[in-house]
Amino acid sequence: MTAAAIHAAGVRKRYGDFEALKGVDLDIPAGEVFSLLGPNGAGKTTFVEILEGFRDRTGGEATVLGRDPRDGDAAWRARLGIVPQSSGLFEALTPVEVVRHFATFYPDPLDPERVVGMVGLDEKRNARCKSLSGGQKRRVDLALGIIGNPDLIFLDEPTTGLDPQGRRQIWEVVRNFTSLGKTVLLTTHYLDEAEQLAARVGVIIKGELVEVGSPREIGGRQRATARVSFAARGGLAGKPLPEGLSAHAGNAGLAEIETFEPTRVVAALTAWAASHGEDELPELSITRPSLEDIYLRMIADSEHPA
Amino acid sequence: MTVATSTASFRPNAPGRLARLSFGRTIIELRQFFRSPEQVFFTFLLPVLFVVIFSTIFTGDIEGPPGVEKVAFAQYFVPGMIATGIVSATFASLAMTVSLEQHEGLLHRLSGTPLPRSAYFAGKIGLALVTSFLEVILILGIGVAAYGVKLPTEPVKWLVFAAVFFLGVASCSLLGIAYTRLIRTGSSAPAVVQPPYLILQFISGVFLQYSQVPGFLKVVASIFPLKWMVQGYRYVFLPEWIAQDDYGGGWKVEQVFAVLALWLVVSFVLARFFFRWNRGQTG
Ligand SMILES: Nc1ncnc2c1ncn2[C@@H]1O[C@H](COP(=O)(O)OP(=O)(O)OP(=O)(O)O)[C@@H](O)[C@H]1O
Ligand SMILES: [Mg+2]
Repeated sequence: MTAAAIHAAGVRKRYGDFEALKGVDLDIPAGEVFSLLGPNGAGKTTFVEILEGFRDRTGGEATVLGRDPRDGDAAWRARLGIVPQSSGLFEALTPVEVVRHFATFYPDPLDPERVVGMVGLDEKRNARCKSLSGGQKRRVDLALGIIGNPDLIFLDEPTTGLDPQGRRQIWEVVRNFTSLGKTVLLTTHYLDEAEQLAARVGVIIKGELVEVGSPREIGGRQRATARVSFAARGGLAGKPLPEGLSAHAGNAGLAEIETFEPTRVVAALTAWAASHGEDELPELSITRPSLEDIYLRMIADSEHPA
Repeated sequence: MTVATSTASFRPNAPGRLARLSFGRTIIELRQFFRSPEQVFFTFLLPVLFVVIFSTIFTGDIEGPPGVEKVAFAQYFVPGMIATGIVSATFASLAMTVSLEQHEGLLHRLSGTPLPRSAYFAGKIGLALVTSFLEVILILGIGVAAYGVKLPTEPVKWLVFAAVFFLGVASCSLLGIAYTRLIRTGSSAPAVVQPPYLILQFISGVFLQYSQVPGFLKVVASIFPLKWMVQGYRYVFLPEWIAQDDYGGGWKVEQVFAVLALWLVVSFVLARFFFRWNRGQTG
């Protein structure tokens, strides 16, 4: 179980004169959930489809479940689950019919009825796919991706177009799978999704994998400053801050303090407030930069390199 | 890497599995077909409409040399419609639906699964066989019931009927699959498929007597299977003397078989080399 499920070294893809992937190196161990982030057109789908064997790379090495995707055969595909970014559905069939039909392709499929339930399509199980809403169609996509009980699942923006409850349902399905030791490669534009599901995230910008790390650490996130903010109201209005602290005026009149030591700052503020007869710091909050803040900064940095 | 025990013994191309999946594909293809009114309309209704309209308008008989029995127009027209009905249910129908599946990413989806490609094609040909069979029954039924078409009595004619059917269905199905290569977008399919098919119908003598087709167009028609299928079915339904005028001296059934058999090989090769699972992607 220690071998890499996915190994990519210097993977390149050129479309005519345009280089969509400029040498991507990535190893994903079996059992890991890895999420690829990146702006539109960064090359996520290209990379994923190269690993799935749908597109040919123009350079580099790739191994997926021990095989080069270029010559993956049916036995290899039986171990993959694929949820493409966009793909038509068999419009005249119902979700249950399609899922049952796909189940017959695999040596060891899951129970089709159960899978339809898992993706939250019980109510629409006998409706024609043509009549399903966008989010419901997406659930059929997911059902088709997992019906073969794959060892490795590729999810290309699986929850785009889903309502919040639907997204959580899908996350649940993915967690179920990973708890069984399966590997997942997920692309998404939802940072919370990556944070919820993935052990590691990779940010791909203009065909280059610029950062890889855990969602908590990527981009130096755990070393970045935290922000302590509160409202200087009532007895605190206009009072000078304790020695050594300086605040700037933030949103909605809040006082904001950037610090590497938020715990110490809050302790100092509490004592300071008490000395002015207040035992509450109104609207107190401590925030760290979200994954989204870090991600947006990385993209901005790549556009205006220092 | 651990390999699940159940997949270790997985043999994707075991004959039993291929048979089971081909059958499953045929069933699902049929279900999709009969749930799509456009497809049913294009495949069945058009040929049926033609039979009804032509047989109703042209009620005259074809006069032969003195002493032989006249032939009702419908008796001449219906065999041609059977042939063209088969082309509609195979070539035209498959070219359009397969290209739709290519362009909407359905093939992409199927090709990401362990479904053997041969089972996909088997399903398409299974569908074409069933719909062609229904088409033939329908056209023949209308011809016999409403326009007095007489069925052949000699067993050998029924054998030729069956042989032309199977050769025609197989080669035109494969040709339809190969033809998808010429269809660049999903929505252009009818525009790319229908005109050549319609022209072939005219120059193969489906709507008029073959002797009325100008000589150089006959040469063009003789390249393609439709003309030969029409000829084969006319042999089945018409007396020998019609061929004197119309097909230059005889039905030449051996030639019909030879050309259709050649087309079977050619269309297999064309399908093999021209068909693409991945359309709309450079690689
Ligand atoms: N078949 C193709 N032919 C030419 N260029 C292509 C092709 N497919 C993708 N590209 C280009 O390659 C780049 C990467 O595309 P890709 O679809 O991999 O991006 P992505 O990261 O998946 O984007 P999104 O978030 O929008 O899905 C884009 O600039 C795109 O225009
Ligand atoms: Mg994409």
